[in-house]
Amino acid sequence: MSNNNSYLSNYFHRNGRALGSIGYFVLLMVIFLIGAPEAWIRPNLHQSVFVMMPTLIFLTIPLVFLVASGEIDLSFASTYAVAAYVFALLVKNGVDPAICLVLGIFTGAAIGALVGTLIVVFRLSSLVASLGVLFLLRGVILLLSNSRSITIMEVENHWIYPLLVGNFYGFPMQIFWAAIFVIFCYYFFNKHVFGIHIQHVGDNSVSAEQMGINVNAVKIKAFMFVGIGSAIGGIFTTMITYTFFPTQGFGYLLLALAAVFVGGTPYWGGLGTIIGAVFGVGIIAYMEIGIIAIGWSGEWRQFFNGLIILLALLGHRLHGERVR
Amino acid sequence: MENIIELDNVTKRFGGITALNKASLKVTRGEVVGLIGDNGAGKSTLIKTLVGVYSPDEGDILIRGKKVNAWNALKARESGIETVFQDRALTPQQSIVKNIFMGKELRYPFGFIKEKEQIFEANRLIREIGFTSKLINAESPVGNLSGGERQGVAIARAIYNKAELIVLDEPTNNLSLNETQKVFDFVLNVKKSNRSVLFIGHNIYHVYDISDRFVILDRGEVVHQLNKNDISTPEELMKIMRDTIGAH
Repeated sequence: MSNNNSYLSNYFHRNGRALGSIGYFVLLMVIFLIGAPEAWIRPNLHQSVFVMMPTLIFLTIPLVFLVASGEIDLSFASTYAVAAYVFALLVKNGVDPAICLVLGIFTGAAIGALVGTLIVVFRLSSLVASLGVLFLLRGVILLLSNSRSITIMEVENHWIYPLLVGNFYGFPMQIFWAAIFVIFCYYFFNKHVFGIHIQHVGDNSVSAEQMGINVNAVKIKAFMFVGIGSAIGGIFTTMITYTFFPTQGFGYLLLALAAVFVGGTPYWGGLGTIIGAVFGVGIIAYMEIGIIAIGWSGEWRQFFNGLIILLALLGHRLHGERVR
Repeated sequence: MENIIELDNVTKRFGGITALNKASLKVTRGEVVGLIGDNGAGKSTLIKTLVGVYSPDEGDILIRGKKVNAWNALKARESGIETVFQDRALTPQQSIVKNIFMGKELRYPFGFIKEKEQIFEANRLIREIGFTSKLINAESPVGNLSGGERQGVAIARAIYNKAELIVLDEPTNNLSLNETQKVFDFVLNVKKSNRSVLFIGHNIYHVYDISDRFVILDRGEVVHQLNKNDISTPEELMKIMRDTIGAH
């Protein structure tokens, strides 16, 4: 009996936060279903969500790694645009889009490495420093692009288009890529040395250092991963809309952060949940689109977003405070 | 009995201050040595020399009877000397198994972790050193454990790291009676497995209870080495300590 108890208690320690955010997601669905059944039954509501979710997933999941390592990054919303700009500019100049994709992702990783190094080496506050980088990079983009968008209709005829963002029996292909990304990240976070070291570092960096973990390297890699995720998100969105526009990504800044925390990853580091974050993304995406779908005005969207973040945080309190 | 480590007339100076003066000390296999001394007696210099943080200015360090040159932390670890520091270097939100394998995970190719093997090994280790509660297993978070039990996790980790000598720095500080007893049980199990422990403490009663032999340090010198048979009560040990320090 007591063995069962310890099994259950360990199970909830590991999965409680993910289960919590699954619970909120189900609750939200039920409220929608009861409140606006005719809107909920319409398939285009879910289609819109499916278009939005992959981008948010590419942004949110790597942030779980970073937050679990005890840091935060706001600059991802600009990295998103820089990578998309590099991609679009190169495509426009006749470079093979597959190569542009690789170079765009590489750009994201490089920016992440720079931001991470800056923060870790100079011991800057990641919140403030990445806020600075957020504005700085956005400024660079606006200057380089002369605030003009770039249209790249030509990607449609390249093989990467149907493979990455095409339509597969009514489902956008990016859903599948996002799903693969989630599965990969789940194992990467929970069963791989990288994820495990991130959790140790975020939990107690002094202990991690004493046991021979290179704390700075782990953190810089986490920043790089955020850069890679943002680049993928930015490039996918640019491909879907055939357009790079200089302000892109800004709108995702707060939504992706909200999804991390609504998903159950605590802000203090050491813990994180990939599955929870997926449902956090689901909650945010349905909130964004659902309010409009049921015919309420846009003002309510912000209101409910705020409400749901606060309720989710209060709910996750049930999983306890930080253990030291 | 084989000597795990022997310090032979070791002197360590910092500027003009002699922190250790011709200190000699040995730890043989399977014994618990208690190291006592007042603040500033040189305990922490002695420990740091033992674990290779400092290398001696004069004197020799012998591992299993053989002299070792250019003593350092890496050589100390390779010789099977592991320290459990006061703060225990744990990550409390993580499970026991993750803590035991922290930084030394068992890996498949590409860095994925052999989770089942780790859990099996961690369960074996914590049972070996004396965790008996059925409520605790390898997957329990360290944050749910008491102070003494956390000490046990750190000791289990030292054993996994192939420790022959575990240096416990003030392991019973701030622990209740009950928790202190748990730490003693862990230490006795370490001893039973034919490993050695150097137990450093302020509390003479704690050191007396657990140790087979006592080393008294004062102003950088080893002023007494006593076997448990030589004395009959902790009060006697306390008196010897007070007399030597007073006379010195």
